[in-house]
Amino acid sequence: MMEIISQPWQWYVAGPSIVVVMFLLYFFGKRFGVSSNLETLCTMGGAGKFSDYFKKDWKESLWNIVFLVGAVIGGFIASNYMSSNVPIDLNPQTINDLSILGFENAGASMVPSELFGWEALSSVKGIGLLLIGGLCIGFGTRWAGGCTSGHAIVGLSNFQIPSLIAVVGFFIGGIVMTWVLLPLIF
Amino acid sequence: MKQIKYLVVGILFGIIMTKGELISWFRIYEMFKFQAFHMYGVIGSAVGLGTLLMWLFKKGIIKNFYGDKVVVAAKGKNWKSPLFGGLIFGLGWALAGACPGPMFVLIGNGIFSIGIVIIGALMGTFLYGKFKQYLPH
Repeated sequence: MMEIISQPWQWYVAGPSIVVVMFLLYFFGKRFGVSSNLETLCTMGGAGKFSDYFKKDWKESLWNIVFLVGAVIGGFIASNYMSSNVPIDLNPQTINDLSILGFENAGASMVPSELFGWEALSSVKGIGLLLIGGLCIGFGTRWAGGCTSGHAIVGLSNFQIPSLIAVVGFFIGGIVMTWVLLPLIF
Repeated sequence: MKQIKYLVVGILFGIIMTKGELISWFRIYEMFKFQAFHMYGVIGSAVGLGTLLMWLFKKGIIKNFYGDKVVVAAKGKNWKSPLFGGLIFGLGWALAGACPGPMFVLIGNGIFSIGIVIIGALMGTFLYGKFKQYLPH
């Protein structure tokens, strides 16, 4: 049993587990969609002063912010008490492709130090890349009306055409970044 | 106190995201390179089982805690906003290697530099709200 907890979870454990989360949220009368929290956080921060779009009662979305706080705690628990610190079992080809881009030790940690480490953070380029990445995520997900949870998982499960279009968009954008832009940036 | 159940579900979500390596920049890169089945397996199995769950909700076989039928909101009929917004989201997803949920789970994993991505995401959300009226939907 401890073995199952400390080892990385295979896709057939992780995927159905997400549906358990989705079930619980709907069971309690809510919904599964993480990116609307970004909107609620803007509202809580006073964005309503600058745009009517944020003039909402954030207390109605408080449950989702509480969910997000739980997600942070869950990440802490999993990384501190449920981890065996084995490297991510990446395809050797991926590791090779990344080393050509200058990414060393791919899979040794959750994120590459080339983007998230102190050295990267001490350069304008490093901070700029993370900011731009975040900017695209925030702007894109609100324009699209959902992210991986609301569109890819709930929307596709519910046969929503806009969600299918959004997921196609996610992949076109992701492929352009991975295949074209990342080799130019690094 | 009513909110505690959402905290527990959130904790579960954070654990799944971490243990499934879904918060890993490397897994996202590998997915967009089509070099592993992992992410497709996760999303595919979630959508497969999710479809069954939605069907059970729609048929009223599973009701919610309050005994009411579960109604899952439709996503509208627009195609421009999901396409253009989706494209921009995809660029950010592949660059930062995280979507809105994993961003926060990564903080719990001690990756504090993801805070810059979160600040960027909040700025992006703000800009969308400010300029929404000028964008095609």
